[in-house]
Amino acid sequence: MTTYRTRNDIEALVTPEQVHRDVYISDELFRLEMKHLFANTWVFVGHDSQVPNKGDYYTTQIGDQPVIMVRHTDNEVKVLYNRCPHKGTKIAIDRNGNTGKFFRCPYHAWSFKTDGCLLAIPLKKGYADTGFEKTENSKGMKAVGAVMNYRGFVFARLAEEGIGFEDYFGGSLSSFDNMVDRSPAGRLEVVGQPLRYMHKCNWKMLVENQTDTCHPMVAHESSAGTAVQIFEELGLPKDGPKPPAMEIIAPFMSPYEFFEDMGIRTWPNGHGHTGVHHSIHSDYSAIPGYFEQMVEAYGEEKAKAILGENRHNTVYFPNIMIKGPIQQLRNFIPLGPDKTLVESWIYRLVDAPDQLVARTAMYNRMINAPTSIVGHDDLEMYERAQEGLASDGLEWVNVQRLYPGDEEDFDHEAVENGTTERQMRNQFHAWVKFMIATMPDDAAVLEAAE
Amino acid sequence: MTVSKDDLIDFVYDEVRMLDEGRYDDWMALWTADGMYWMPLDWKQADPIHETSLMWEDQFMLRLRIERLKGARTFSQKPKSRCHHVIQRPYVDLIDDEAGKYVVTTQMHYVETRLDDQFLLAVTARHDLVLQDGALKIAQKRVDILNCDAAFGNIQLLP
Ligand SMILES: [Fe+2]
Repeated sequence: MTTYRTRNDIEALVTPEQVHRDVYISDELFRLEMKHLFANTWVFVGHDSQVPNKGDYYTTQIGDQPVIMVRHTDNEVKVLYNRCPHKGTKIAIDRNGNTGKFFRCPYHAWSFKTDGCLLAIPLKKGYADTGFEKTENSKGMKAVGAVMNYRGFVFARLAEEGIGFEDYFGGSLSSFDNMVDRSPAGRLEVVGQPLRYMHKCNWKMLVENQTDTCHPMVAHESSAGTAVQIFEELGLPKDGPKPPAMEIIAPFMSPYEFFEDMGIRTWPNGHGHTGVHHSIHSDYSAIPGYFEQMVEAYGEEKAKAILGENRHNTVYFPNIMIKGPIQQLRNFIPLGPDKTLVESWIYRLVDAPDQLVARTAMYNRMINAPTSIVGHDDLEMYERAQEGLASDGLEWVNVQRLYPGDEEDFDHEAVENGTTERQMRNQFHAWVKFMIATMPDDAAVLEAAE
Repeated sequence: MTVSKDDLIDFVYDEVRMLDEGRYDDWMALWTADGMYWMPLDWKQADPIHETSLMWEDQFMLRLRIERLKGARTFSQKPKSRCHHVIQRPYVDLIDDEAGKYVVTTQMHYVETRLDDQFLLAVTARHDLVLQDGALKIAQKRVDILNCDAAFGNIQLLP
């Protein structure tokens, strides 16, 4: 059944303060998201330290599109569709590898340079006088529309035409800058394997939860509240070194006022972050020697400015979140309307002490692993919501907290109370924008249907 | 004091039985004060600390995990999960009575269930045991999951 054919149909799913449940549960809308939203936006692919040498590649997906990120012979990182132009065979199956100077399809040995250009076909005379050279397939593996490597983080836009990288991200790139600047060398390197956590819910629920500051003290009472309780039972000194669980998990139990005061900033095109003034990452213990290294690299004033910024979660619309102070990136990979693979990656601050990467790894496993007692309650909430949305009792999801009551301006940066749901509204504003950007206008659709 | 092969094998059987029966207070008493539970994320992972593990948990964290299971507002445990270990006869890799150190490796099938979902993990558990006041204690338990590189949903109890 086709329900959503026109721009009007899509626009009607999002009101200033509510969202229709179909955006989370409809198969048809999921397919439209893959076709439009994930093609028109800049989507995270990987980090260039995953492919340090020429010929190194990494396979992943952008929306539902299988792609290969590869280091070309000119040292640039290319992003190609992972599909042989001959019969469609995926060129690479392993998640990482080195292909040398060219890719070779395992089916019929067509080969391609690492920028995708066709190199050779065995028995090529079989294509003489067939008009083969006029096909798009004869050119080789197709590259995505556009690629940008921003300080090591590789993004791609599938669509050939569309918004530029700087226009799309604008001021939000300051969160990436802060994360990378925390390395005295100004460089990050990927560490180990990512956590891979399967969620039976829509990908947008995860993205919304990144700036949902009214859930930690409720949903995570069982972990954060119990941590505080055990700490008190043990009678450990409050000013002494804390057990890791107290440093990492207990801040989730902070009161509403803490989250109200920490602030939320939004940027155009659906990006935003929690923790403008302070955050749950503000009170981590100092690592000996690190500040001195930063002062040496940047001078005292700049070092203090970099380390004084303790942004909590920065959402890069559509589907990643980074934590600058702990060098973590989470990728919410959509697999279906009710299926999302969450990959949680961590990075090393090049030239910084090892204790920092130890804390980063600790955060990753304590909060975002399939074995995490914090993650368990988050997933429980998402899956209950996914099931609950099947209810016909109500059709709309509410995102009205601290809604100003008239038309909100999402085209300018704004800082507001840390418990506002403005960032969720900002995401849906962008969702509509990039869903309909490449849809034919209503009259054309309706005419064609007649 | 000497420890026999049977003592070590019985220790592992008793330990997984405590987990299956939810006798967590007994289970917590099996550990040394600085004992660590390690579940690597990567196949043949060598470093638990400087890259992501699924678990690298001290006694505070394990106690928190166990206490949380009992909580009234532990939403992901309403209803509760259950688990079930099927273990092969453990390999006794090291008996060093002089140092009071022992190593046992056990292949297991671990099953966990909640509501309509049930999953199976094939795991290898390595116990590093020490003698303390005449009793065997766990200094480290390392649990390697055969498909550690697969995406999992919630794993809520302990293999
Ligand atoms: Fe949460």
